[in-house]
Amino acid sequence: MTGDSPSDRRGAALAALRGAVRANPLITTGGLIALLIVVVALLAPLLAPYPADAGSATHPEIALQAPSAHHLFGTDQVGRDVLSRVLYGARVSPLVALFVLVIACAVGIPLGVAAGYFGGLADEVIMRITDVFLAFPPLLLALAFATVLPASLTSLTIAISITWWPWYARLIRGQAASVAGRPYVEACRALGIQRWRILLRHVLPNSVTPLIVQVSLDFGGVILTASALSFLGLGAQDPTPDWGLMIAEGDAYFSTQWWLVTFPGLAILLTALAFNVLGDGLRDVLDPRRPLTPGKPLTSRRSLIPRRFPIPRRPPIR
Amino acid sequence: MIGYVIRRIALALGVVAGVVILTFGIANVVPGDPASTWAGPHASAAQVARARQYLGLDQPLPVRIAKYIGGILTGNWGISIHTRQPVLSDIAVAAPATLELVIAALLIAVAAGVPLGLAAARWPGSAGDHAIRVGSVLGVSMPVFWLALIMQLVFAQRLRLLPVAGQYNPGLVFSHPLAARTGMPAVDALISGNWPMLGSTLDHLILPALVVAAYPAGVIARMTRAQVLDTLGETHIQMVRSLGFPERAVFGTFAMKLAWNPVASVLALVFAYSLVNTFLVESVFDWPGLGSYAAASVSALDTPAIVGVTLFIAIVYVGCNLVVDLVQAALDPRIRLR
Repeated sequence: MTGDSPSDRRGAALAALRGAVRANPLITTGGLIALLIVVVALLAPLLAPYPADAGSATHPEIALQAPSAHHLFGTDQVGRDVLSRVLYGARVSPLVALFVLVIACAVGIPLGVAAGYFGGLADEVIMRITDVFLAFPPLLLALAFATVLPASLTSLTIAISITWWPWYARLIRGQAASVAGRPYVEACRALGIQRWRILLRHVLPNSVTPLIVQVSLDFGGVILTASALSFLGLGAQDPTPDWGLMIAEGDAYFSTQWWLVTFPGLAILLTALAFNVLGDGLRDVLDPRRPLTPGKPLTSRRSLIPRRFPIPRRPPIR
Repeated sequence: MIGYVIRRIALALGVVAGVVILTFGIANVVPGDPASTWAGPHASAAQVARARQYLGLDQPLPVRIAKYIGGILTGNWGISIHTRQPVLSDIAVAAPATLELVIAALLIAVAAGVPLGLAAARWPGSAGDHAIRVGSVLGVSMPVFWLALIMQLVFAQRLRLLPVAGQYNPGLVFSHPLAARTGMPAVDALISGNWPMLGSTLDHLILPALVVAAYPAGVIARMTRAQVLDTLGETHIQMVRSLGFPERAVFGTFAMKLAWNPVASVLALVFAYSLVNTFLVESVFDWPGLGSYAAASVSALDTPAIVGVTLFIAIVYVGCNLVVDLVQAALDPRIRLR
């Protein structure tokens, strides 16, 4: 029974991984790093060498020590272990991003489906409202909302969600409008199927694919936005181990203590990168208009440029 | 075409009206009492009441909205809490510095992004192509405030190649005073022939401009590459190829031409994005523009100033979109009929 020996099994697993990487290097690489970040977030208390340092513990006698065997990433201005705080940071801004995307989908999808499927006045009103929100660069609008709300992670989540939902309403609206005109939906209507059933079982599932790609690409964007606002002092407050906040706090000591800013920044970069790469890979697979061929270029990347989705014009159904 | 222009301008004006109402909402329908913020932490009840009357907060909501819109139209954008100056004049003082920074950044982004995108499209799948793709994903995943700090540490503080912060060497103010004309130091130094000052302003501009350029350069490289490759797949290119034109002509004469239009429109749109990115870069480099003003307003919880800057950039953004759409419609008649 050689096939069951542990080394063979490990070999088989490695071969499977190599196959997956070759089949879709972007999804596998991005997905593995994203998975690593989730694992770090879940196991932070076990992985962090000094879990108490993620909170309000202070050790003034070892403040601002350079990286060493005891403190791999050094210590901060009140003597907390930077490695522990960076690991715990995987629980802060990625969680904010998760909440933002859930809220943005929960608001944007129903509005987008309603606008796209029903057309007419509902469409006009919803789309004019999204026009106004889309007239602001996202970071700017989130910054304005976060400034007038009391500084906290909840305010930060609300501020970014307010700026994010119109993109999804827009995206879903275009999809739902084109699905609503297809023969199978017309057939459903002719068969007398209830409207909510058509919406839930036919229009929504057939509209949602581009949204999946967009959400995974946006995960990195939301983390960058949340970190930027925390860096400006809006959002997480000390002692929360937020990466953006750690950079803001380390700024004052940065010319002599390089580790305070460098490691939290690398954590943000790695997280944003992982989800951007994963989203790229998902789009290669899920976007039916773009056949998956090796070496085939990615075409225009809407999430990176100011997003303006084509809005198909069609007569309202009724 | 005239019908399209009128429709498009009307749409933009409608959006601006919505933007003004939304900013009113941000400034007014939020928790917290602006009057007590204005009066300060140790104000008496009478002082808060006077501040409320002074700020017009004792009037009914429709009156306040009408007054706000009237103020926006007549140039009264409110008084900044931390500078105690009219917000619009603060913006007018700060905007040229930001404009200089963003224009420099976009010049760098085009100079780097377009050739890299073209090279990637010319030899797709090559090692260079992969390197350019990785570089552009890095550019858009980069926390820009962190990049600013790292560049400042490496190039200014450790290697001492470039100045740490500011717009020019303050020591030059006495020997070669800068004549203020446009508010953009490098431009002012250039038009007044102040060469030592010009050198100093350019030295100070390089680092912040490079940091702001990272994101647009990545976007432009990707857009150029994608557009040229899309064009290469079209039938008229197959036609040109089958007629036996050399690959250089196919690429340089036919494929590149059609790619310019979308790249130019992306440029106008990343302009507005870069304006916001300066919020995170200017304060690191002590650049006295809109970004430093906004960052200072954020830490002072200066709502009128933040709302003013937000409104200003949103109007610039709507204007950019309008210009892009009109230029594209002028170049491509199909767009007018949509």
